[in-house]
Amino acid sequence: MDFQHQLIALDTIVTKECTRVLRIWIQTIVPPAITMTLYFIIFGNLIGRRIGEMGGFDYMQYMAPGSIMMSVITNSYGNVVSSFFAAKFQGHLQEMIVAPMANWVIVLGHVAGGVVRGMAVGLVVTIVALFFTPIEVQHPFIAVSMVILTAFVFSMGGMINAIFAKKFDDVAIIPSFVLGPLTYLGGVFYTISLLPDFWARLSTFNPILYMVNGLRYGMLGVSDISIVRAYVIILIFVVGLFWFCMYLLNRGVGIRE
Amino acid sequence: MHALSIKDLWKTYPNGIEALKGIDLKVKAGDFFALLGPNGAGKTTAIGIVTSLVNKTSGDVKVFGHSIDSELEAAKAYIGVVPQELNLNQWDKVFNCVVNQAGFYGIRRREARQRTETVLRELQLWDRRGETARNLSGGMKRRLMIARALVHGPKLLILDEPTAGVDIEIRRSMWDYLRTINRNGTTIILTTHYLEEAENLCRHVAIIDDGVIVEDDRMSAVLRKLHQEVFVLNLRQAVDIAPKVNGFDVARINDHELEVEIHKDQDLNSLFSALSTAGVEVISMRNKTNRLEELFVRLIQRRENERDQEQVVEEFNL
Repeated sequence: MDFQHQLIALDTIVTKECTRVLRIWIQTIVPPAITMTLYFIIFGNLIGRRIGEMGGFDYMQYMAPGSIMMSVITNSYGNVVSSFFAAKFQGHLQEMIVAPMANWVIVLGHVAGGVVRGMAVGLVVTIVALFFTPIEVQHPFIAVSMVILTAFVFSMGGMINAIFAKKFDDVAIIPSFVLGPLTYLGGVFYTISLLPDFWARLSTFNPILYMVNGLRYGMLGVSDISIVRAYVIILIFVVGLFWFCMYLLNRGVGIRE
Repeated sequence: MHALSIKDLWKTYPNGIEALKGIDLKVKAGDFFALLGPNGAGKTTAIGIVTSLVNKTSGDVKVFGHSIDSELEAAKAYIGVVPQELNLNQWDKVFNCVVNQAGFYGIRRREARQRTETVLRELQLWDRRGETARNLSGGMKRRLMIARALVHGPKLLILDEPTAGVDIEIRRSMWDYLRTINRNGTTIILTTHYLEEAENLCRHVAIIDDGVIVEDDRMSAVLRKLHQEVFVLNLRQAVDIAPKVNGFDVARINDHELEVEIHKDQDLNSLFSALSTAGVEVISMRNKTNRLEELFVRLIQRRENERDQEQVVEEFNL
């Protein structure tokens, strides 16, 4: 198939994935909105009032970018891992494997689904946040690009998880034991300047710190780390994970006997 | 031109099982080809390798001259496959299921919709186009899988037990449909456990057993290798005992049925005249089992006996 036909195949997967997200919107869009509303009420409103300011902002304002990014990460990852694993489990992934599509089409198609869900949830959570605190976006391009790149990274993470997963338990392990702790320790609710030196330095090994702070810089104009460094690290993950996805699909790991 | 050419194909699974032991196979373009074998013989593995669902250990596979090693995408573009297992997205609507498959082959949405309508109508699924796959009956799901495999107009259609679990009426209508698309130029490779199906539809047959091709010839030539056939004769009058007919083994099944084993060098005329002399009037006759089935069972049994003997010899030598 030439490039033009590969794009048609890509469009087919993207449409299919986006339709899936919208078809099950009660499962994909609504729960994060409810969860984040509770976060804003409990952490922002009730506890946040006692905390006062953080990084020069009202606590609710400060935690808003972190909360948005947390939703984007969880949902982009969850979308691809569940969609791709379900396709593998039910066998209909074979539809794609037997077709003359390039593997980059399969990767990008599924990743696009994750990015769309991540963006949609990010938008909904932003709207929820606006009910609690005013948000003025300082650098719109940085804010949007950070969300897209982060959704891209975690969609590919979800895909890798789904490729290796053999049973449904394997799909839940990474979000529970890796993604969750890394997200909460990634500066979603606090600035790392509050941490002792050792822990602050250790936090810089957590990639999520760069994503959260990247969005925080885009929205509020403040960050614990340099924005250039954040972009470099995220782009390294984008390229590295894309290469790894391609490597796995080319070798047929988890999808071919 | 060969639609499929397989040379010295080996597959060893990580657990050490050798599913294919250097098979060679050639399927001519336009042929209707049966690939038969007992469970676990290696049929699905061979098909899996051709369709890139299984990694081969070694060997060459070409589809219409395109190697799956160097021109995989080009080779895949010729193939439509209906796998043995139902692998539909249960939540997809029938129409979307087929349209999406066309999209995976790079067919634009408008054309994909037209093609989908055509194949769904041909397979009598058009009225169910708005339903999700999980709401279809087993037979309809099989037909939907065929529709999905045909929507991009493959030149080589691989059917891995396409009529399993399908009632006889639908099975026969599927046979007619497959004959039609084969007449229109699509090469078909069929694996089935219904040997009557293979005998009815296919012009060539290969039998695979324990990862080795043990028979590969025209269907008529293979059937000629059957040295004896067993017929069931229906009688007008009841008989208490089987009549003795010189040169034939005749057995009584019940009051109105006899079973006769006929060797290749015997003819039926002498049987009928002998029965007539004995006062037995035959009103109809049929094969006790399907001829291909008979041959298949004998061939597989012979191979099993050979393997048992080899094992005994090996143990004795040890």
